Amino acid sequence: MQRLVIDVLGDLGAGATDGLARLGRAFLFFLRVLAASFVVLRRFRLVTAEMASSGVRSVLIICVSGLFVGMVLAVQGYEVLQRFGASESLGVLVALSLVRELGPVVTALLFAGRAGSAIAAEIGLMRATDQISAMEMMAVDPVSRVVGPRFFGAVFSMPLLAAMFSVMGVFGAWLIGVRLIGIDTGAFWSQMQATVDIRHDVLNGVFKSVVFGVATGLIAVFEGFHAAPTARGVSSATTRTVVISSMAVLFLDFVMTAWMFRG
Amino acid sequence: MQRSTTDVVVGIFVAIGLLAVVFLALKVGNLAGFDVEGGYRLEARFDNIGGLKARAPVKSAGVVVGRVESIVLDRETYEAKVIVEIFPEHRFTKDTIASILTSGLLGEQYVSLEAGGDSAYLAAGDRISKTQSAMILEKLIGQFLFSKASETTGGSK
Repeated sequence: MQRLVIDVLGDLGAGATDGLARLGRAFLFFLRVLAASFVVLRRFRLVTAEMASSGVRSVLIICVSGLFVGMVLAVQGYEVLQRFGASESLGVLVALSLVRELGPVVTALLFAGRAGSAIAAEIGLMRATDQISAMEMMAVDPVSRVVGPRFFGAVFSMPLLAAMFSVMGVFGAWLIGVRLIGIDTGAFWSQMQATVDIRHDVLNGVFKSVVFGVATGLIAVFEGFHAAPTARGVSSATTRTVVISSMAVLFLDFVMTAWMFRG
Repeated sequence: MQRSTTDVVVGIFVAIGLLAVVFLALKVGNLAGFDVEGGYRLEARFDNIGGLKARAPVKSAGVVVGRVESIVLDRETYEAKVIVEIFPEHRFTKDTIASILTSGLLGEQYVSLEAGGDSAYLAAGDRISKTQSAMILEKLIGQFLFSKASETTGGSK
């Protein structure tokens, strides 16, 4: 009995220290990436190439998802708002939920699944096939050659993708609300413009998406770089990237929302 | 120098992304209407502000002329002290009346300024002395019921 208690407590303690140690290693890795940022940003061509593969190729999924999310918001929002005779506020409802929350969050979740997993798998496979060791052997710093461009590609792509998501969402809501249901288009836009604040809503949304870009980018490169050099290691790094990124995004979103909109 | 396709594709991507941000700023939000730059502050005291919130619009004749900056309770008089920031191009007379009104039946509350005929104008930091508090629906209903009740009892005698 006593043995069992000690075992359980021991497992718990080991799990907690492992998790903390991993978090600490991720932070140190983050500092390494930041330290390499001067080198990375001077060779911007590498970042451009990564933005092409992670950002540009995500445009389609982001735009289509944004369109449908906006359309669903319009249908559901209209359903509730028309009970109060406030169906003209549909634009406000859709724009605020997209710009403040759904735009950055859903974009980050989709980006983690679409691009984060690819980044982790790519770097993990480089590790497994000793390409990273080979670079180190040739005195090429893999952090500034491989990791940095992918990280900054994600950081730069995320706010742009989130903005596209929100715009497509508003467009989708306009299609449903104005074209299909027949809300007055003037009221739709003017109420939206009167309520959505540039600093409080739009800039906070952009700030959120930058933070999500840092989080998903860092998790993807960290998991890939530290993957076990086996087929199983690469696969579990990919899985962990998506799972941890999603949880981190939702957690950070709550923290930032509580901080930004408590007043 | 020959430009690679990647550069062009990423250029288009960045351009569309920035356009989306600009669209959000100009079309979804309203850049011009919300920044009170170089505005001046006026103070108004109300017995009751109802549901007025900071950043609510200040309107004169229905036109937005400023924003509510902050709302605090005066510790001595127990009045609500409302600081409003007015766009610099608008001037209001000393005898301006500030009242809290509601746009529509369930709409948001805003501060309405009605200029009077005084020749002197309010300067930055001045206090609007004539104010009218927000209508509280419960109080109105209470008053209405009370007057109805006194009417019927008066009629039966």
